[in-house]
Amino acid sequence: MEPSKSIIAISKLNKSFGENHVLRDFDMSLAPGENLVILGKSGSGKSVLIKCIIKLIDADSGDIMVLDHDISMMDQDEMDLLRKDIGFLFQSNALYDSMTVRENLEFPLRRHWTKEQRESQAEEAVMEALEDVGLSHTVNMMPAELSGGMRKRIALARTLILKPKVILYDEPTTGLDPITAREISELMISIQKKYKASSVIISHDMNCIRMTSNRVITLIEGRNYVADTYENLMKNTDPKVSEFFR
Amino acid sequence: MKAIDKPFFTEVGDIARFTGRFFKEITKPRQEYEEFINQCFWIGYKSFTLVSITAFIMGLVLTIQSRPTLLEFGAESLLPSMVSVSLVREISPVITALICAGKIGSGIGAELGSMRVTEQIDAMEVSGTNPFKYLVVTRVMASTLMVPVLSSLAIAISIYGGYLGVNMKGSVSWSLYWFQAFDALSYGDFIPSLIKTFFFGFGIGIVGCYKGYNSKKGTEGVGRSATTAVIVASLLVFILDLIAVQVTDLLGLT
Repeated sequence: MEPSKSIIAISKLNKSFGENHVLRDFDMSLAPGENLVILGKSGSGKSVLIKCIIKLIDADSGDIMVLDHDISMMDQDEMDLLRKDIGFLFQSNALYDSMTVRENLEFPLRRHWTKEQRESQAEEAVMEALEDVGLSHTVNMMPAELSGGMRKRIALARTLILKPKVILYDEPTTGLDPITAREISELMISIQKKYKASSVIISHDMNCIRMTSNRVITLIEGRNYVADTYENLMKNTDPKVSEFFR
Repeated sequence: MKAIDKPFFTEVGDIARFTGRFFKEITKPRQEYEEFINQCFWIGYKSFTLVSITAFIMGLVLTIQSRPTLLEFGAESLLPSMVSVSLVREISPVITALICAGKIGSGIGAELGSMRVTEQIDAMEVSGTNPFKYLVVTRVMASTLMVPVLSSLAIAISIYGGYLGVNMKGSVSWSLYWFQAFDALSYGDFIPSLIKTFFFGFGIGIVGCYKGYNSKKGTEGVGRSATTAVIVASLLVFILDLIAVQVTDLLGLT
């Protein structure tokens, strides 16, 4: 099969929870190097969408191609290998609170690196990821000792440690003060430049969306309602779209 | 308030499926030895003080309370035998298991429940680590191995407690007490007692992990997971004990 030009290609994706139809024939594609923002109201299915992309949730129907792999056909072991190339930044950060920052960052290496690799290269990889987020001094600290912004950066460093080809951000600036939120947005841009990774960003934060997006998809009633640049969407007169920009 | 408890038989079915998954995952390659040793330390070593104090008091109290009745029948000399048989066959294994159900069951339920609601288990999954294998298999295995070890130590300590209890109102030498205590015991007392503690440990581990791993509803759910893990694990200990007694009786080991 000829490789597609999309990093992620989704077609006719459906997902329901009981009577609640969250995604209805949802389509989207992510181009190499693109930062794509998914914009939608709370409960519109944005987080469900990215959890379907990484197969934390199984879709009811539809196709999801990630890095030219049809994830619906993949078993657990194949999916675990593919996840090496997919970074996921959780809204809650999801740092392992019983582990130090170093152990948090080393954790993803357990599965994907050999023991010899870990012994010889883990330290360098951990310090590089921490330097990327400007927190190399926290390496021996516990997550509970860090501020909200620092925890977000450490979670981002953990996402970067395997140098993923695509990064999924679940509301990366939610709960942060405006200054820290701006710093996180700037960090996302610098990471995208350094790692040449493509990104899917779930966000409500208009500043974050304006700064980071190449393209924005509005997720309305479970469908890809409009996809355009941030600037064009701001000018869009459709009431369902314009209410996001008031 | 919306009810969040499952119907009884649905819950039993889910626990059975969870147990089935445990046996499926345990045979898959890439064993988590480091985490297993770590869990043995937390479950075994960290419970030892609590179990040993309880066992000592249990042996002492049982002896003190049994003496008047035996004295009434002029059978005071049977005190070491009676105490040792009671402690080995029933009291030490069950009390140890109940302590472990409280400490280990609630600990595992709360830990995994907290990890579930803060998305740490999802984070493990997206990093390519099998969270069931890393979190559940290691804890259940450690619990299955450590509860028999703790129970065996509890038996030894409680028998020593019984020795002190006998000597509080009498005078029996250590060697005579030891001889009388162990003369009354046979392999038919020790072996079933040891075997059932493996099942107790397994049950406690499975229930604690099941409740924590499937925790929902935020922090309220974590509290519920810990509480119900203790209740279900304690009940399971008694049910397993009842089955063990019946099996032992059928095999003629009583």
